[in-house]
Amino acid sequence: MMFVRLSAAIAAVSLLSSAALAQGAKPTDPQIAHIAYTAGVIDIKAAKQALNKTRSKEVKAFAQDMVRDHEAVNKQALDLVKKLKVKPEDNDTSRTLSKNAADKLAELGKLKGAAFDKAYIDNEVAYHKAVDNALETQLIPSASNPELKNLLQTGLKIFQGHEQHAEQVAANLK
Amino acid sequence: MTPRWILPALTALAFVAQSISAHAATIQITMENLAVLPPEASAKIGDTVEWINKDIVAHTATARNGDWDVMLPPNKTGTLVLKKAGTVDYYCRFHPNMKAVLKIEP
Repeated sequence: MMFVRLSAAIAAVSLLSSAALAQGAKPTDPQIAHIAYTAGVIDIKAAKQALNKTRSKEVKAFAQDMVRDHEAVNKQALDLVKKLKVKPEDNDTSRTLSKNAADKLAELGKLKGAAFDKAYIDNEVAYHKAVDNALETQLIPSASNPELKNLLQTGLKIFQGHEQHAEQVAANLK
Repeated sequence: MTPRWILPALTALAFVAQSISAHAATIQITMENLAVLPPEASAKIGDTVEWINKDIVAHTATARNGDWDVMLPPNKTGTLVLKKAGTVDYYCRFHPNMKAVLKIEP
């Protein structure tokens, strides 16, 4: 059980990094903005699915927090790219992220009740770990605009909070 | 019919309330970039704590002992009048990586 979850987390992390590394050179600011925004949209979609399916008060509250926070961060990101006149640019990492997320939504869509809750929260832990790792090791170091770097750093702290929050919810579900 | 004692009683109450508020302090604590500043603050019973949330996301100031739970919407301030002494660890329910301590003296 432990191994399944761990390997899922590692797979998620390596997917993120290998997709970014596949491009060879470090991602550009327009690509970074696109990746960060996509990562937020993915988590909002997952949360909306959870809001439709869960009956757990705690899971529901967590999903509502995810929608609220990721929408706030993405709004800030949109305001910033507008201000900087940067056009977010689609790229392999964004595409891989979206493809994996669509698969995960379909997989979770088949589950019900406690099985769904557990799978959703476990995936939230793994997903935030993967995104935090990508932000820390690739996106933040690669960002050249200081305001973009700053927003990514704030985002990282918020998402680290989500990671811990998800871990707490996961522990309570046991 | 208003009893005759009510006016002096109200005046006395107003006086007491005024003298309490004159001594009570307001302690400001800022939440910015997911950090609580200062992470350790001291106050007295009767003081007001004012948490200023400068972030784009909502936070809470939630006592681990269950004494209080203050909602702090983005770019808003939340207040709490302290009623019980003790050293209280508190955190943000939405981002448990935000932790701080409030020392409340009698």
